[in-house]
Amino acid sequence: MIRMTGIRKVYATGRVEVEALRGVDLHIGANEYVAVVGPSGSGKSTLMNVIGCLDTPTSGEYVLSGDAVAGLDRNRLAEIRNRHIGFVFQNFNLLPYATALENVELPLLFGGVPTRERSERAAEMLARVGLADRIDHRPTELSGGQMQRVAIARALVNRPAIVLADEPTGNLDSGSGHAIVELFAELHAAGQTIVMITHDAGIAKVATRVVQIRDGQIVDDRRAAA
Amino acid sequence: MMTRAEIALVWRLFRSDAEHNRKRIALTILAIAWGTLSIVLLLSFGEGLKRAFHKTKRGLGESIGILWPGATTRAHMGLPSGRTISFTDEDAGILKARIPEIAALSREYAVRRGITHGAKTVNARIRGVDPEFGPMRNVIPRAGGRFVNERDLLEKRRVIFLGDELATDLFGREDPVGRTVLVNQSAFLVVGVMQPKAMMGMYSGPDKGQASIPATTFKAVYTDVRIGNMVYRPVTPEAGDVAKAQIYRVLASKYHFDPEDERALGVWDTREDQRLVDNIALGIQMFLGIIGALTLFVGGMGVANIMYAVVKERTREIGVKMALGAKVRQIMAPFVLEALLMTVIGGVLGTLVSLGAIAVIAALPLEGEAFAFLGRPTFSPGVAFATATVLGAIGTLAGYFPARRAAAVNPAVSLRYE
Repeated sequence: MIRMTGIRKVYATGRVEVEALRGVDLHIGANEYVAVVGPSGSGKSTLMNVIGCLDTPTSGEYVLSGDAVAGLDRNRLAEIRNRHIGFVFQNFNLLPYATALENVELPLLFGGVPTRERSERAAEMLARVGLADRIDHRPTELSGGQMQRVAIARALVNRPAIVLADEPTGNLDSGSGHAIVELFAELHAAGQTIVMITHDAGIAKVATRVVQIRDGQIVDDRRAAA
Repeated sequence: MMTRAEIALVWRLFRSDAEHNRKRIALTILAIAWGTLSIVLLLSFGEGLKRAFHKTKRGLGESIGILWPGATTRAHMGLPSGRTISFTDEDAGILKARIPEIAALSREYAVRRGITHGAKTVNARIRGVDPEFGPMRNVIPRAGGRFVNERDLLEKRRVIFLGDELATDLFGREDPVGRTVLVNQSAFLVVGVMQPKAMMGMYSGPDKGQASIPATTFKAVYTDVRIGNMVYRPVTPEAGDVAKAQIYRVLASKYHFDPEDERALGVWDTREDQRLVDNIALGIQMFLGIIGALTLFVGGMGVANIMYAVVKERTREIGVKMALGAKVRQIMAPFVLEALLMTVIGGVLGTLVSLGAIAVIAALPLEGEAFAFLGRPTFSPGVAFATATVLGAIGTLAGYFPARRAAAVNPAVSLRYE
């Protein structure tokens, strides 16, 4: 599903070059649940951006679902993100002026899915995360946990190969956080491949594989005993 | 193309922006409305001016030629230069008969004499003309009267047609038709009074102060006066050049001058003035349009300014949309559309106010010659089209550049942006 070989990412900030990733090799197979852990500044976010095709590596090879990502233009990358990746962010990143349903419809809108199919699929996905009765609510009318559920529905609606979650429970109280962790476990049980960046040791325990990053390199890659 | 859902989102986006930046957006829309007001009013003034130009230039007559005798400047066939040419009745007949390009022709004799009605005497130019003179020179009778006709000519009737100002000077508010005036102690029956008209070009003074009598009558009264000039109309406006060349050829052979000798005759081809006037009117309209467009441009800068701010405010949202797979076009389109929306709202407001202003000006009782030339501001499809085009272009540009900035957002960076 994900095959990364010798990924380097160098940021040129003024005269100083910062090497955020220094040769990362990472293979992730279907239906893995990978927790990426590491201290801040370790290169976690950069790795997430590269996996999510939000950023392109300086060097190295990245094949996502059989497509080589290097050298693609912005529109092609947007298409790949649209079809293969579902993002879940720490701060939900819902459009405040749109309803839950419209937020979930967005990836389908960008992917050119016709209107009727779009709203049906979005409503179905909201039902799946337990928000069937909130589809017409704006984000401001929802709790944090509910907002994150909307975001998860949005990430799933285009049936992505991978759900990429960046600290999904970081802005939630422990109760809601726990519910979200359970939702991810359910998704995984249903066959979804998940890559999650987290500080939360509890989540790392749920994952089938824990990848530790330090100073731009993978220092530990451990699979849970199945 | 954008889908309905995308457009619906843009509308809500605009409303939420309008809530955040109520004053700023209101002011910008006001600026666009003001710019639209100025462009619509200026273009409408230009349109009114153009129409007034058309009307006043028709005052002398449309696509006609006026022919004067001149003097030779070259020796020809043993004859010296400096000979003066003068026209006879025969010439008028020859020109009409031999030149198929001439559709109508009238002689014009003229003297200046006192015209008397009761105790009042007005000194005026009296011209002896053929019936064709009236329609060619746009000397049209007011209802209840007529111009000199064929029978007047045949019977050398003592009838007179008065210019409107002359009629007022002699008769005040009375209707002169059917009354009698005295010219050189002989009585003339007034058969018509000219409809008022504005004239841009003229020779020997405006028509409103002149009187017309049949050419034959004129010759019987003033035996020693020669034809001052002739007025002709070519069969089509395009035939004007041929007609002019033919006139030179025919008269040159009769009076033995070189047909290349331009000064032997004088020809005023009013088509040239029409072209000139058309170009002036067009130039003025373009000038007014450009001033209006520049005013509107300032409003457009306001829109662009807001859109830049909005792009900055929404950096994070742009990043989210990119992460969800929005293509460059899908990122840019809402910004362009929002800018267009603001422009259109301002444009509609401005247009409504200007239509009101135009209606008010149309209702004002503006009298006088200056207004006849200035005309009234007139809203035409052309004005609407020009305004819509300029508004659309400015709105699109005001959205395009900020949108390009939005599309240049780096999603990896903007998502980290708190």
